[in-house]
Amino acid sequence: MRSRKLILLITAFALLATACTSSGGEEGSELPTEVGEGEGNVVIVSWAGYIERGDTDAAFDWVTQFEEETGCMVENKVAGTSDEMVALMTGSDEYDLVTASGDSSLRLIAGGSVQEVNIDLIESWDTVDPRLQDAEWHTVDGAHYGVPYSSGFNVLGYNTEVFGDTPPDSWSVVFEETTLPDGESNAGRVQAYDGPIYIADAALYLSATQPDLGIEDPYQLNTEQYEAALNLLRQQRELVGRYWHDAFIQIDDFTNEGVAASSTWPFQTNVLQAGGAPIDKVVPVEGATGWADTTMMSSNAPNPNCAYMWMEWSLNPKLQGDLAAWFGTVPAVPEACEGNELLGPDGCANNGSESFDEILFWKTPTDDCNGTAEAGACVPYHEWVTDYLAVIGGR
Amino acid sequence: MTTDSKGPTLTHRIARTLHQRPWLKVLLLLALPVIWLVGVYGGSLGALLVQSFYALDSFSGAIGEGLTLDSWRQLFTDANVAVMVRTVGMAAAVTVASVIIAFPLAYYMARYAHKRVKALLVLAVLVPLWSSYLVRVYSWKLILAADGIINWFVERLGLGRALQFLLETPFIGGPSLSISLLGQFLVFVYIWLPYMILPIHASLERVPGSLLEASADLGAQPPVTFRKVTWPMAIPGVAAGSIFTFSLTLGDYIIPTIIGDSSPFIGLAIYSYQGVAGNLPLAAAFSFIPIAVMAVYLTAARRFGAFEAL
Repeated sequence: MRSRKLILLITAFALLATACTSSGGEEGSELPTEVGEGEGNVVIVSWAGYIERGDTDAAFDWVTQFEEETGCMVENKVAGTSDEMVALMTGSDEYDLVTASGDSSLRLIAGGSVQEVNIDLIESWDTVDPRLQDAEWHTVDGAHYGVPYSSGFNVLGYNTEVFGDTPPDSWSVVFEETTLPDGESNAGRVQAYDGPIYIADAALYLSATQPDLGIEDPYQLNTEQYEAALNLLRQQRELVGRYWHDAFIQIDDFTNEGVAASSTWPFQTNVLQAGGAPIDKVVPVEGATGWADTTMMSSNAPNPNCAYMWMEWSLNPKLQGDLAAWFGTVPAVPEACEGNELLGPDGCANNGSESFDEILFWKTPTDDCNGTAEAGACVPYHEWVTDYLAVIGGR
Repeated sequence: MTTDSKGPTLTHRIARTLHQRPWLKVLLLLALPVIWLVGVYGGSLGALLVQSFYALDSFSGAIGEGLTLDSWRQLFTDANVAVMVRTVGMAAAVTVASVIIAFPLAYYMARYAHKRVKALLVLAVLVPLWSSYLVRVYSWKLILAADGIINWFVERLGLGRALQFLLETPFIGGPSLSISLLGQFLVFVYIWLPYMILPIHASLERVPGSLLEASADLGAQPPVTFRKVTWPMAIPGVAAGSIFTFSLTLGDYIIPTIIGDSSPFIGLAIYSYQGVAGNLPLAAAFSFIPIAVMAVYLTAARRFGAFEAL
């Protein structure tokens, strides 16, 4: 899904990362009741930059201390997309953990690739943001299939010089042709995300502007709702100069192409603001979409004890705060927002933590509306991909 | 030292064995390329073809066992055909523009340039290939940007309105050069031009000066000489260069993501179907479009003797 991570970075990491197997895993559906002796290593499939050991920037290291304390050596296999993660985890007994996004986590559970986690063994579980503890992208029938790791929002970024005293408060500036406060049209000056999941952003906007459609969940759309969202996106195509998927290209477009408004991540607006660019962000009245990543444990994890130790470690406030600072995300552990040097006092607020309740997190659209209806009631994800590509191509 | 009868050396024995068994010579010579071509090239193409008939389970997105023609049917939707037309059109336009730019330069290098100047020119053509392709594409993004250097110059020269007019042209225009089909075209031509210059240069080098003199002696005006002598002899080079520029543009999926208005090209579409959607069957079927286009193109190019100038 998130092909957004710098391709180069991924390649470099992928070359470095070697997946190695260790002695046989333990099978069985019984939940473990205690965490035993560490096996000596743990293999984690993750997004680039999620498992940092100070190689990229010495200040960002949350692996070394874990290795010293537990004796579990961390091996990291970087995946570039959600589908790659699913492919790596399916039927594999090489990997212990995966940092799955909301658009792959349910697929992993349905496919039996990840196992239920006994949260009683995760001492810091209670420190996790209560709104994430039972989130539906990792909890099925009350069973927890992982530990929340990090989340981020797709906010509306805008140029403060263009909008002046009247900052935008609705996604309409990127969906409808309009004259912006600087007197010029928004045509050619807005951007949209270059991923099919963006159809949900259009659906979210429609749920507020066209209540007749009855959109309740932008990730579960029937044919009529889906067509309405596509039509909105076709209309948007006329306004969009370029679709973005690489954070750094978008940063450049905000600086050099005069982009007035776009869906974006706090990461970009933070970088731009740090560089003195007149860019700010807002969560519009319609709300926003977001992504939440969960550390999930493989059904065939070869190193279950070290895996449990990492899941516990992944919740410590220092790591959570550093990760949030590194990635412009919101920590899964609210405590991490305080007293973190790298994140700063307003770090969490800057990354959008106060808007948490207005966020609808990514889920994979399935044709049975995520199990709530019969098959065929909702439009499945692979159709989203085909159709969004067509929309961008002007069809 | 008559007692010391030396046997044939190892080299001699190998040479003799090979001489006596010609088939062994051929086998040793071709084993590696054949394994490579049949195993790696043919194997992956075959796997791709088989994949394209697999069924995609719409519930889990998993690839099923059953065989179906669904992917091939989906391939020819309006949107996908538009992607193909856009890509092939761009590849053709880039090729034509490259010939127009490359020919005079190659002609000058082959006919007029002094030895040292020629070496310098060849170097100048090759130097960009030494730096990373990505870096060059990113720099073009900055050069073409609304606040970039080209715009700055154009404004200084008082031609801002002319550029604006150009960018307002439907289809090829856009908010700025870097977000237009025109800018994308410029970058494509820039990136692939060296691959056109070199084969044309090579083919023109092979035109003997005496032929041109003979043509002049027989009373042909320069344009006639060009049409009847130089151009026919350069055609293989042009065709060879066009194979490069055409196929490289056809397969590129980086430039369209960085420059232009995000309209998908074939490479990008395949990448999305496979990498984002996990729809391997459709991606596999799509992969056969550029293969088919290139097959047609190569057949045509062979007619023009392109393979003699490669």
